[in-house]
Amino acid sequence: MESTKSIRETVRRNINSKKNKRMEKLMPGVLLATALISVLTTLGIVVTLLIDAYKFFEAVPFLEIFSTKLAPLAAEPSFGILPLINATIMTSVIAMFVAIPIGLTAALYLSEFASDKQRKVLKPMLELLAGIPTIVYGFFAYSFVTPFLMKLIPSLGAKNALSPGIVMGIMIIPLVASLSEDAMSAVPNSMREGALALGSTKLEVSIKVIIPAAISGIIASFVLAISRAVGETMVVTIASGSAKNFTFDITRSMQTMTAYIVEFTSGDAGSGTIGYYSLYAVGFLLFVFTLLMNMFAHRIAKKFREEY
Amino acid sequence: MTVKDDRDAVYEAKKLNLWYGDKIALQDVDARIYENEVTAVIGPSGCGKSTFIKVLNRMVELIPSVRTSGEILYHGKSIFDRSIRVEELRSRVGMVFQKPNPFPKSIFENVVYGLKIHGIHDKRILNETAEKSLRSAALWNEVKDRLNDNAYALSGGQQQRLCIARCLAIEPDVLLMDEPTSALDPISTQNIEDLIYELKQDYTIIIVTHNMQQAARISDKTAFFLMGELIEFNDTEIIFNKPSNSKTEEYITGRFG
Amino acid sequence: MQGTKTIQVKDSIGPAKSVSDSKQIRNRIVVNFIAERIFLVSTVSALAVLGVLIYRIITQSIGWLDLNFLTGKLSIFPEKAGIFGVITGTVMLMLVVIPVTVSLGTATAVFLEEYAKKGRVQTLIQTNISNLAGVPSVIFGLLGLTVFGRIFNLGSSVLAGGLTMSLLVLPIVVVASQEAIRAVPGYLRDASYAMGATKWITIKKIVLPTALPGILTGTILAISRAIGETAPLIVLGIPALILRTPSNFMDDFTALPVQIYYWTLDTVLTKEYANLAASTIIVLLVILFIMNSFAIIIRNKYQKRY
Repeated sequence: MESTKSIRETVRRNINSKKNKRMEKLMPGVLLATALISVLTTLGIVVTLLIDAYKFFEAVPFLEIFSTKLAPLAAEPSFGILPLINATIMTSVIAMFVAIPIGLTAALYLSEFASDKQRKVLKPMLELLAGIPTIVYGFFAYSFVTPFLMKLIPSLGAKNALSPGIVMGIMIIPLVASLSEDAMSAVPNSMREGALALGSTKLEVSIKVIIPAAISGIIASFVLAISRAVGETMVVTIASGSAKNFTFDITRSMQTMTAYIVEFTSGDAGSGTIGYYSLYAVGFLLFVFTLLMNMFAHRIAKKFREEY
Repeated sequence: MTVKDDRDAVYEAKKLNLWYGDKIALQDVDARIYENEVTAVIGPSGCGKSTFIKVLNRMVELIPSVRTSGEILYHGKSIFDRSIRVEELRSRVGMVFQKPNPFPKSIFENVVYGLKIHGIHDKRILNETAEKSLRSAALWNEVKDRLNDNAYALSGGQQQRLCIARCLAIEPDVLLMDEPTSALDPISTQNIEDLIYELKQDYTIIIVTHNMQQAARISDKTAFFLMGELIEFNDTEIIFNKPSNSKTEEYITGRFG
Repeated sequence: MQGTKTIQVKDSIGPAKSVSDSKQIRNRIVVNFIAERIFLVSTVSALAVLGVLIYRIITQSIGWLDLNFLTGKLSIFPEKAGIFGVITGTVMLMLVVIPVTVSLGTATAVFLEEYAKKGRVQTLIQTNISNLAGVPSVIFGLLGLTVFGRIFNLGSSVLAGGLTMSLLVLPIVVVASQEAIRAVPGYLRDASYAMGATKWITIKKIVLPTALPGILTGTILAISRAIGETAPLIVLGIPALILRTPSNFMDDFTALPVQIYYWTLDTVLTKEYANLAASTIIVLLVILFIMNSFAIIIRNKYQKRY
C-alpha cells in the first residue's frame, strides 16, 4: 500500500525533523522573553522615575520640598510640592463624595433590588459611562459643569477644584458600582434567603447581611477608586487649571500632581533643569502611591475571594 | 493469571507501577496485547483501567506528579526510550475518548488534522485519505455531502465516529478507546461496536469499558483490574464463563462494581 | 461550609406580637420602599448625567460637524479647521499599537497559560501585569518620553506614541487573552496531543484559533482605550497645531483626544474652539461605538460553540 507507507513515513519524518525539534525547544524561551517585556516595562518606569527624581531630591533642600511655595518658572524658582499634593487630595476627596455613595447605592440596587429586566438595561449603561474617554469628561467639566455651578455659586472661579472633582466622581461611579456589585453578587443566596425568611426587608438584608459579607470587595473598590482619582489627569488639567497656590478653597484653581506633569511637558521643559527633574519626582510619588493603593486593594480583594 | 501465547506482542507491560504523587494507581501489572485483537479492560470505578491505557500512549504524562516504574514495550521497544519521540508513539497509537471531542472546525478539517500538522498539504492526498478514513469509520455516507459543515452539527454518535476517522487518517496500528460509547445512545453504541468488529481486522484495539455486556460482546481478550492490580487477563470466553479468580467472578456476577 | 460567617440579624424580626409591633413592621416596610426608590434614583442619576453630556456635546457640534470638517486640514481659523490630519494621526497610531500590543499580549498570555509552571517567574509576571494595569497614564507618558522620545530618539513621532500606548494597554490584551486561552477545554488539547501533535503545534492549531474571539474582544477593548488616551501623548510632546498630515511613522502627528484637549484649553480665547472640540468628540465617540459594537457582535456570535 504505497500511500499508507508514505503517510506513516511522512508523519514519522516530520516528527523527527530538526526544524520541528528546534521549534519545540525554542518556543518556551521566546515566549518567556516576550512575557518579560512587561516586567521590563515596570523596571523601566521605576528606573526612569527614580533616576531623575533622585536628582531632584538631591538638588532641592528637604525643607523647600515640603513647603507650600511652588514657582518652578520664577526668576528664583521654588519647588514646594505640598500645593500639588493638596490639590490632588482635594479633588480626589470631592470625587469620592460623589463616587462612593452613588456607586455603592447603585451596586446595592443592581444586586439586591433590581429585576432582571432592569439589570439588563442598567448594567450595560453604567459600563457605557466607564467607556467614555477622560478627555470628554474634561471637556464636559469645563464647558458645562463649571458654568452651571457658577450659576449656583457666583464666586466660583472659571478654574476650580469643585467642578473636576464632581466630574471625576461621576467618571469613577462605574468602577465602584461594578466591583461592589461583583462582591455583593458573590454572597451566597442562602444568606439572603435566611434573612428574608425571618421577615427582613430587602434594605435590612442589604445593610445587615450583604454589606458586611461583601465588605472586603467593597472596600477594595473604594481603594481602587481613590487610586483612580489620584491618577486622573485630563479632567483636572482642563478644569482645575495650573494655579500653584496651596489652598483649601475649592472654588479656586489649583494644580494636581498629574496636571503639573502635563503642564510642564507640554511647555518647554528644558532637560537637565531642576524643573525637569521635578516632573519625575512628582511622577515618582504618584507612581508609588497608586502602586501601594492597588496592591492594598488586591490584597483585600483576595482575602474576600478566599472566604468563599 | 495471564494467557500464554508465543506470538510477538504489540504491547508488553512488565511490572508496571504508576503513582499519582504518593498514591499508587497501578501495581505490578504484567500484560501482553496481541495484534488484530480486541482487548477489553474492565473493572469497577477507580480500578486503574483508564490509567492503564493512558500509559500506553504516554498521555498520562500530561498529569503532573505522575511517576512510573517498570517497562512497557511497544513492538519490543520501550516506550520510554529516549531515542523515540513521544509524538511518534502517539501517531502510531490512536486514542478515542469517552466524550466525543472533535475540534471546532469542519468535518473535513477534523479528519485531516493529523495529516496537516505533519506537513501533508497535497489536496489529493488529503481528500483521498479523508474519504478512506471516513469510510473505515462508517461515516462517509452520512457526511460526504457536507464535509465543510462544522463538526458540532453532527450527533454524538457521528461525532465519535468522526473522532475515530480522525485517528485512522494517520494510519496508526493500535486504537485505544476509553469508554467510547458510555456517552452515547444505544443505537450509536451498536454502530460503534459493529465498527470495532470491522476495524480489528486492520488494527489492534484496546477498549476500556464499564459495561460488561459490551466487553463480552466485542472483545477477544479481557483484562480485569481491581484497585490498580491486574487480577486476571485471559480469553473473553474464559473470563466470563470460567474465571480463575474469585474476585473476577464476583465482579462478573455483579457482586460489586 | 468552611469559614461561614454568622451574621447577627439585629433588631426585632419576628411575628408581630402587638399593635406597636405591627406599626414597627409597617415603618420598616416604608423605609425599605423609600430606600429602594432612592437607590434607583441614584443609579439613574449617573445615567442622566451621561444623557446631559451627550446632549450638550451634540448641540455644540451642530453646524460644525460636516464633511468639510472631516476632510479638511487643521487651521487656526475655526471655520476652516478640519480634522483629516488628526484622524490620519489616530489611524497611524493604531497601526503601530495593534500589532505591537497584540503580539506582545498574546505571547505573554500563551506563556502564562501554557508554558509557565506555578512558581516565582509566573507569579512575578502575573503580579506585574496587574500592577501595570493600575499605573496612571501620565506615568506611561514619562516613560515614553525618556525611553522612546529621548533614548531611542523617536521624539514625538507616531512610532514613539504608538510604542508608549502599546505598553499602556498591554495588560488589557494579556488579561483578555489569558481568559480566552483558559476557556479552551482541556479535552480539545488532549485530542491533539493524542494524535502526536507537539505542544506548540497544539497551541498554534487548536488553542489559539479557538481562543481567537476572546483575544479579538480584548484587542478591541485595548484599542478603545488607546484611542481615547490623551495624557501620555501630551507628555511625549505632541504639539498643539500640526498643519501637515503625517505620512510615515517617524512624522510628527496629533491624535483625536489631543486635538480635543488643545481646543478645549483655548476656548477661552476663541470660543468657537468649543464647537470644534465637541465635533471632534462626536467623531471619537462614534469610532468607539462602532468598535465596541464589533466586540459585542464577536462575543455573541462565538459564545460557547463547543
